[in-house]
Amino acid sequence: MTVHVVHLYAAEMNIYGDNGNVQVLRRRLEWRGIPVQVHRVGVGDPLPVETHVLVGGGGQDAGQAVITEDLAGRGPELIARAADGLPMLLVCGMYQMAGHYFQPYQAPRLAGIGLLDVHTEAGPTRLIGNVAADSDFGPLVGYENHSGLTYLGSQARPLGRTSTGQGNNGADGTEGARRGHVIGTYLHGPLLAKAPQVADYLLGAALRLAGRDETLEPLDDGLAAEAARVARSRPR
Amino acid sequence: MDVVSTWLGKGVQGSLRLVGRTGGTLPGKVVESVDATFLARRLGTLPHGVTVVSGTNGKTTTTKMLAHVLAGRYRVLTNPTGSNFTRGAVSAVVDSSTWGGRLDHDLAVLELDEAYAARFVEQVAPRRVVVLNVLRDQMDRFGEIDHTARLLGRAVAAATAEVVLNRDDPRVAALAEHAQVPVRWFGVAPSLRPVFRSDDELHAEMTAESLPPPRHVADVELLDYSPSASLYRIGDRQFRIPLRAEGAHNAQNAAAVVAAALGEGLSESEIADRLADVPPAFGRGESVAVRGRTVVLQLAKNPGGFRLALLSQAEQPPDVSVVAINDEYADGRDVSWLWDVDFSSLRGTRGPVLTAGTRAADMALRLRYDEVPVAAVVPDLVGAVDQAVAAAPEGGRIVVYTTYTAMWRLHELLRDRPASRRRGRRR
Repeated sequence: MTVHVVHLYAAEMNIYGDNGNVQVLRRRLEWRGIPVQVHRVGVGDPLPVETHVLVGGGGQDAGQAVITEDLAGRGPELIARAADGLPMLLVCGMYQMAGHYFQPYQAPRLAGIGLLDVHTEAGPTRLIGNVAADSDFGPLVGYENHSGLTYLGSQARPLGRTSTGQGNNGADGTEGARRGHVIGTYLHGPLLAKAPQVADYLLGAALRLAGRDETLEPLDDGLAAEAARVARSRPR
Repeated sequence: MDVVSTWLGKGVQGSLRLVGRTGGTLPGKVVESVDATFLARRLGTLPHGVTVVSGTNGKTTTTKMLAHVLAGRYRVLTNPTGSNFTRGAVSAVVDSSTWGGRLDHDLAVLELDEAYAARFVEQVAPRRVVVLNVLRDQMDRFGEIDHTARLLGRAVAAATAEVVLNRDDPRVAALAEHAQVPVRWFGVAPSLRPVFRSDDELHAEMTAESLPPPRHVADVELLDYSPSASLYRIGDRQFRIPLRAEGAHNAQNAAAVVAAALGEGLSESEIADRLADVPPAFGRGESVAVRGRTVVLQLAKNPGGFRLALLSQAEQPPDVSVVAINDEYADGRDVSWLWDVDFSSLRGTRGPVLTAGTRAADMALRLRYDEVPVAAVVPDLVGAVDQAVAAAPEGGRIVVYTTYTAMWRLHELLRDRPASRRRGRRR
């Protein structure tokens, strides 16, 4: 059975190379001989019934405004799908919108969908630069570029703890959030390219959802390890 | 005071030359800090004023082309160092002034990046502002592409005679609303639009038929592009112009040059003749001979530019390709943008592909996910060029796609080699 990958708001929220996360998932299935199909789901498009893993990225403020209403309409469905085991990777803007709300500076609060127990407030400066974090998946590297400061509620656990960079809010040392198979993060890079173990974690959950019980064959990820090592050595 | 400022700048330039460094922006820094209005007073005396060239990609080549075309009729002051900052402009003025503080020029053509263009126009009201494109680049510096467009809006609003805008880039076309003066439009024919995409169209399925018709009639339109000569419609006449700078993007930028030169009163045929005679800027499609091989440097510093650079090599695939990615401050620390470029065209190259620069490993990883085989990962640029030359046959052609700081390092490297000599590409 084919594994169906959904790129949510591929056209509206695709800045900072977030398409790369989709490319990584696709290739890592193809290289193992597992049939894969990618769906670009935009504003107004229904979520395919067969969806086994979902990826969403960051956007310009303008792009974020375009998707806000559409995303609000999808909130209950996305929460239900997550409860059924749908793995998701939500980066930057989509991570923020997956929380309870985004509070801009001197403007009305934007409601999120409440999929993750986090909330975000506009910060005084942009947090920009290379990030290294330690996580349950081992060391992670990426690049952050956000002005929103995200705070975790009691139901969320962080994806990792920063050793370089600011992460969620620059104050509590946390980066990203997890709930079940849903991962939210500020790390661009794209994250999955230099963290193949996270990609395979999402794909493992996707295979189970697709009714395939095989295990994922190991791939040669030496280049990813080398690129991650270099990234950790670069200036902020 | 003008004489004092000029002497001060020239003194710094002289000292730099004595210690073996070239001028760059340092003389500008010294003069600017002493005398904030130096630039405005001096450039204000030019009878044909200042043309500012801005946008994300193609500023250097466009500025060079326009300065060369206008030099057929005028005495042109320009900032040829590629240092596209206000201080670079001050340096150019100091360099071109007599010791008595007089500028022996009719007009200036200045390359300014988006942020500095907005600052520059507060000091000097430009006669003309040319905006090429607004693409994603150095997001770590500018924050957002829409913010970049707002900066350009301020430059456009300051133009006193005309603005020259790209009708095919929606963010550039929208700048027309800021203009206080007439707009002269340049563009590409609808059939070429799938080649020349805006940033929002990078990942879209796109055919000429699926596009809405252009909203503005172009005064100058690129009708057909080929590596040997490009066809332009200027007004209602057609001109075939051979360009010596490689790359489809240079053919598009030349349309902006034609539009600006028309505004300065040059005739169509005069412009076409001068354009055919412009030597390419280094790192913008210029080639260098190294031990019997031709090395072409292609600046590729953001998704839009990289896409066109790859496209410009598709018809004549090189014997060896090198992708040199640095992540120094001037390049932008964030290399995520590499994932917004489709590298699958490199799969078809007949020769090996090498990656180089501080992020050579990242680049190799990127190519792996586009299933492009990578022959070697060589972070050291010297070593990478040596391996590329060794891998190319005698008389072979090597193309190096390179970010900004890697390009300047390669520039020094190739210039300093006794076995190499620079030459412009002739057809």
